[in-house]
Amino acid sequence: MFVKDGVIVNHDDWGLHRKGYLDQSRHKEKVQEAIKQQLGDLIVDESIILSDGKKALKIPMRSLEEFRFKYDFNKRQHTGQSNQKVKPGDVLGKDSAEKGPGSGSGAGEEPGIDIYEAEITYEDLAAILFEQLKLPNLDDKKRPLISHERPEFNDVRKKGLTANIDKKRTLLESIKRQARNLVKTDELKITPEDLRYKTWETRPSYETNAVILAMMDTSGSMGQFEKYIARTFFFWMVRFLRTKYGNVTIRFLSHHTEAKEVTEEEFFTKAESGGTRCSSVYQLALDIIEKEYPPQHYNIYPIHFTDGDNISSDSNRALALMTKLVEISRVVGYGEILRTHYSSTLMSTLKRITDPKLRLVTIKDRSEVYLALKKVFS
Amino acid sequence: MINSNDMNSECDPAGGMVLDNEIKELNAVAQEIEKVARSLGLDFFPVYFEVCPAEALYTFGAYGMPVRFTHWSFGKAFHRLKTQYDLNLSRIYELVINSNPSYAFLLEGNKLIQNKLVIGHVYAHVDFFKNNRYFKNTPRDMVERMAAHAQQIRNYELQYGQYTVEKTIDAVFSIQEHVDPRSHIGRRKLDEKEKKLTKKSNPISSVYEDLWSMAEKEAEVEITKKVEYEDLLLYLIEHAPSLQEWQRDVVSMIRDESLYFYPQMETKIINEGWATFWHSRIMREIGIEDGETIDAAIMHSQVVQPSRGALNPYYLGVKIWEALDKKYDRATLFDVREAENDVSFIRNYLDKEIIEELNLFNFRKMGAQWQVTDTAWKKVRDNLAQQLVRGGNPTIVVCDGDYGDKGGLLLRHCHEGLDLDLKYLEKTLAYVQYLWGKPAYLETIMDNRKLIFECQNGQVTKTQQQD
Repeated sequence: MFVKDGVIVNHDDWGLHRKGYLDQSRHKEKVQEAIKQQLGDLIVDESIILSDGKKALKIPMRSLEEFRFKYDFNKRQHTGQSNQKVKPGDVLGKDSAEKGPGSGSGAGEEPGIDIYEAEITYEDLAAILFEQLKLPNLDDKKRPLISHERPEFNDVRKKGLTANIDKKRTLLESIKRQARNLVKTDELKITPEDLRYKTWETRPSYETNAVILAMMDTSGSMGQFEKYIARTFFFWMVRFLRTKYGNVTIRFLSHHTEAKEVTEEEFFTKAESGGTRCSSVYQLALDIIEKEYPPQHYNIYPIHFTDGDNISSDSNRALALMTKLVEISRVVGYGEILRTHYSSTLMSTLKRITDPKLRLVTIKDRSEVYLALKKVFS
Repeated sequence: MINSNDMNSECDPAGGMVLDNEIKELNAVAQEIEKVARSLGLDFFPVYFEVCPAEALYTFGAYGMPVRFTHWSFGKAFHRLKTQYDLNLSRIYELVINSNPSYAFLLEGNKLIQNKLVIGHVYAHVDFFKNNRYFKNTPRDMVERMAAHAQQIRNYELQYGQYTVEKTIDAVFSIQEHVDPRSHIGRRKLDEKEKKLTKKSNPISSVYEDLWSMAEKEAEVEITKKVEYEDLLLYLIEHAPSLQEWQRDVVSMIRDESLYFYPQMETKIINEGWATFWHSRIMREIGIEDGETIDAAIMHSQVVQPSRGALNPYYLGVKIWEALDKKYDRATLFDVREAENDVSFIRNYLDKEIIEELNLFNFRKMGAQWQVTDTAWKKVRDNLAQQLVRGGNPTIVVCDGDYGDKGGLLLRHCHEGLDLDLKYLEKTLAYVQYLWGKPAYLETIMDNRKLIFECQNGQVTKTQQQD
């Protein structure tokens, strides 16, 4: 601060003072990290799944509290102020989750309970989750049909966004202008007409072709919990595929002892009963692939969720069909939802397939949906 | 997308640059107010005023200083303050730095009349900084020192990595209030004398001098084992076995800054009250134009209005000063501003009349309800004073730097009837252990049971002690 004699008030340009914003963004980064740590619990939250993502979630971010030795707020006596007379025994309010009513102490310094409530929406959550997922083993050589948009910086203009300034061209313009005007000085002045901005065009970038076969067990043995877990998995899978990849095809197959193709809505809402014969749905998948998606042109991803309670006589047939599926697919996901510690017969049968393209997951707890997603789509 | 133009229009809705004329006028006003303030008996360092936009002012508010090192907690504070400003919930009109000369920052867009009031307020704050005895040992060149700290920490970030440095700062911040602002009182001088005495009684030849100094060092170690240290940060700097040099330096810088801010934490009510008391008197002296009266009255009442339920330090402080002004002469008032801090100010001068006028009361949680417990004036006064001791922080001392003969660090909470927050205790102890490098322990009382918390490798366990 430069101060001349007799002048005690000054006004400088503080336009470039951005320190607060820089540290604020580090704080935001830490919030994101905290969300990532809780991701496993968040993505199975009913309010997200049921509201179809329209509702924002409030989650307390404990890791962002500034811990120190402090008195127990709930145990100590506080001093407060009222705009009317009060007498001992008057009730000021009920305990809310956050803090008491006259929460200010003497100096108004007691910050109360410092939970940093971060509000995140379905979109935020999806963005963080999808960042970590991808279609594994995509083969580029398959017929290009699905596209996704990609910005490409390929033009320079006189108008544009400040962040996209092209420094080199701007400096060149400035040098050229000064040379044109025969200005002889070492100082380079940049005027508004020197400014050049990079701009972009959005171009479709072609990716290879993929089809996903979502297969779900809807038999009687699939209880509330099992269905919820399977649907949560597919809920995120479908959204992830549609967000990240242009026109990937998803086919929905459900089965008990027999398999059939269903609409997306039916897939997510309908329950049936009966026994379980997994080979039925594998056969259906193979039929669809044979008819519509020749493996030499398509990346194929069959994903199957069940409780593993398969009729034991069916095991050998299921194994044979699954082996075939694995052969023609890029990756096969097989998920079993189990609340006991036993592994099912089907799982142990499928374990005989040693090809790493078969990804086996077991979900015992809600929070493991996240791990399953990561295991299948990475 | 945000660009700098958007930012400007956001912080300055009037959209105009501050005109040179306006600054000239403000300069004249400030010089006039300076004269008036001096004639009223205020005694202050030279003050330089800087008009700055909300972004800058709220940054200084969050960091406590124009230039300070980088940490996410400042970003969090900035975000909170700035959001409140954007939503029109609260507004900081000024910010003043305790230094010589002093710097004060005025919010761009303040009306002239608002600035008049604010400038008077600032001169009274600077008078308080200069004369109150709790500020006697604060360095008056802290602006430069903290800028140097920022530079030094930036260098460490480049050398050791941002996240490594951040982790250390996180840990030091958790115990930054545990310094000893009164360390200059008492003990040290006595130690010097004692040393001289021992030297006189033991005349030594220069040949063996180094042996004597070794003995002295040993004696020092003995002392550190027995004496209880209030200054946790200093103890870590001097004794933490596994801190690296740069980490010791970071602890030391944060300790300097904490000691600098400490008296401000201890004098919030008395200082804000003092400044509010004087700004209204200065306004009376300089006289205000007809059109301005209402604006001035509105602003003054906004500053002192009691917030719902909570205590407004401006309001409480100015009420006590007004009462003192009725009872005593000005010379006494100046003595009080020299001698007291919040605790003694409340303890000595918050009387029955004020407590009843302001409807102050004690309350606490009974079951799930918050209930009024007391309105008797002495109990209210004493509770308020107790809340302000050490700026509202518990007293934690170092008892042993070699606890259990395994190099553990034993801290003791000096329990004065208030239990600590369990979760915060565990998390903070883990930070202490991180800095100490070996196990850390804390002795405290919870629900009338004497407990020792132990932290090893970030894991906290507790054991009950038999009395």
